[in-house]
Amino acid sequence: MRGARAPLPHWVDVGLIPLANVASALLIAGVIVLAIGENPLSAVGVLLAGALGDSEGIGYTLYYATNFVFTGLAVAVAFHAGLFNIGGEGQATLGGLGVGLVLLAGDGHLPFAALLPLALLAATGFGAAWALVPAWLQAYRGSHIVITTIMFNFLAAALMVYLMVNVLIAPGSMSPESREFGPAAYLPQMHEVLVPLGVKLTATPLNLSVALAAALCVFVWLLLWHTPFGFELRTAGHSAAAAVYAGVRPRRVVMISMCLSGAIAGCVGLNEIMGVHHRLLLNFTAGYGFAGIAVALMGRNHPVGIVLAGLLFGILSQGGTELAFAMPAITRDMIVVIQGLVILFSGALPQLSRPGFEWLFAVLSRRAPALWNA
Amino acid sequence: MQDALAIVVLILSATLRVATPLILGALAGLFSERSGIIDIGLEGKMLASAFAAATVAALSNSAWIALAAGIAVAGLFALVHGYACITQRGNQVVSGIALNMLAAGLTVVLGNAWFHRGGQTPTLSAEARFMPSDMPGAAAVHDLPVLGPLYEGLIGGHNLIVYAALAAVPLTHWVVGRTRFGLRLRAVGENPQAVDTAGISVAWLRYRAVLLCGLLTGIAGTYLAIAQNAGFSRDMTAGQGYIALAALIFGKWRPYGALGASLMFGLLDAIAIRLQGVRVVGVGEVPVQLIQALPYLLTVILLAGFIGKADAPKAAGTPYGKER
Repeated sequence: MRGARAPLPHWVDVGLIPLANVASALLIAGVIVLAIGENPLSAVGVLLAGALGDSEGIGYTLYYATNFVFTGLAVAVAFHAGLFNIGGEGQATLGGLGVGLVLLAGDGHLPFAALLPLALLAATGFGAAWALVPAWLQAYRGSHIVITTIMFNFLAAALMVYLMVNVLIAPGSMSPESREFGPAAYLPQMHEVLVPLGVKLTATPLNLSVALAAALCVFVWLLLWHTPFGFELRTAGHSAAAAVYAGVRPRRVVMISMCLSGAIAGCVGLNEIMGVHHRLLLNFTAGYGFAGIAVALMGRNHPVGIVLAGLLFGILSQGGTELAFAMPAITRDMIVVIQGLVILFSGALPQLSRPGFEWLFAVLSRRAPALWNA
Repeated sequence: MQDALAIVVLILSATLRVATPLILGALAGLFSERSGIIDIGLEGKMLASAFAAATVAALSNSAWIALAAGIAVAGLFALVHGYACITQRGNQVVSGIALNMLAAGLTVVLGNAWFHRGGQTPTLSAEARFMPSDMPGAAAVHDLPVLGPLYEGLIGGHNLIVYAALAAVPLTHWVVGRTRFGLRLRAVGENPQAVDTAGISVAWLRYRAVLLCGLLTGIAGTYLAIAQNAGFSRDMTAGQGYIALAALIFGKWRPYGALGASLMFGLLDAIAIRLQGVRVVGVGEVPVQLIQALPYLLTVILLAGFIGKADAPKAAGTPYGKER
């Protein structure tokens, strides 16, 4: 008989079981590495050295982590409202498109101080707009948001290919890329920003977006847990029917939370287009939208957890690149495998290890009741 | 006149070839979702089975053993999905996403480790593939006007899996609509409590549905890797699993509806390929991306209730537990 569950201490539920889930995912990844014929322990060594061994590695790790935090937060905000936004990929694509359009239009005339707020507005606005349609369809037409956001990912991809191939391609360019922006439209990279402070860093793609990601974490935390609207959002997420009796308008919550979610996902475009590539191109989202689901699930939809999970995935991304050099048998796609495993264990099988812990604690409380009750 | 007919035959037979994995995928999703298990992991199962089929075909040089391998691997993925959704009562959408990502990563990692071709498998010879076969008597009717090209190019000239997919539609219609298993399957997707009260195991029914889904996605993936193409390349499903899902929704979770939607999406794709770079009088160059995006767009519009109404099985997405 399932269901009759012995109560476990709170810290086991929030701390130990999630850790066990991530550990299961990493363990299976290790078995796969072993099956390929490489030593998983030395792979971890190479990975950690590549990601954290020097300031270059750390810079790249934080740059990747920035994107993971953006998409992880995006998924979490929607999740607290009871919505599953798997359209992060499309919203990030549109965010980048918005940034690109603003910068292509304004980089000759406007100074950086004017371009930055405009680009930020475009990233969040375009991302939010792409989430608004599925949100409206969910709230007012009853379509399932999972299906519509999936479809909107593909629609975003098709739109982007069309625009890049037919409209925005730089004259004479062989690949579908826009012209490079003028230097006024570059988001400063951290190794430049910190020079006046006397900090010397190796040049990496890490840029000011990382500060935006940190600010958004605080913003989401404040919004969700310390404002009336955050309370409404979480109430509607728990039970839309109950929320109505509490005076919450669920449709409004759906619309606003999805717009927020899309806006945050759109910031990936700011990091990639304004911060790194300095031109509009295809496929810059590189699966971050889907990875955000893993980040949010692993971080238990809390900003602190999302930062930790984002850092872990940043380490895996940067370390994985180094690993692909050191052990050519292991490609960077191993990261996608690990993301998939994390989603599987943290999201779909979250209670898998629970009976084990229940048994363990039952034994412990019998053997050492004094210790247990202390 | 002759030319127009030739083009029509070409487009329609291309439609059939493109629609085959969509039909199989949509029917796979139909079994799963009519039993109450949402499956957005059709893409992943097709990709994993495509890789398995291509790998085994390269090693064994036998298309049939490859088909068995493709079905086995898709079945394995289906079992994991079933275990997460039925036994562990986990989130069905999350499980589907997880398996999609797992398939996307694992196929490239293993392919690269085993074959050292950046995730591709070796190009297969004809005997390791399902090759198009001529209809009996095609030579005899070859010279007949209209009928000859139709018989030779449209009805004939496909590989075995194309016909199998077409045959699977009435078969599914019969199984789901007319057999005891099908009746129970539909009941468990609408109201599992009632089925449980009647003394029938909800879990066992759903496991069988999920395994049928694995079987059909396995055939679909095998088709992509060793019938339509001569080997596996990374991400070769390229969203076809999701289009199959769209076709299932567009067909309102019914076999013939799914067939119709698959054929329509296939036709759109065949036309898009045909129109690539062609200037149409009065319209100019048709944006191919728009035609390719139409399946997704149409599904969104349908789901929004603007063209008819698409109702999912009522219990889809909710895990079943006795104690509720």
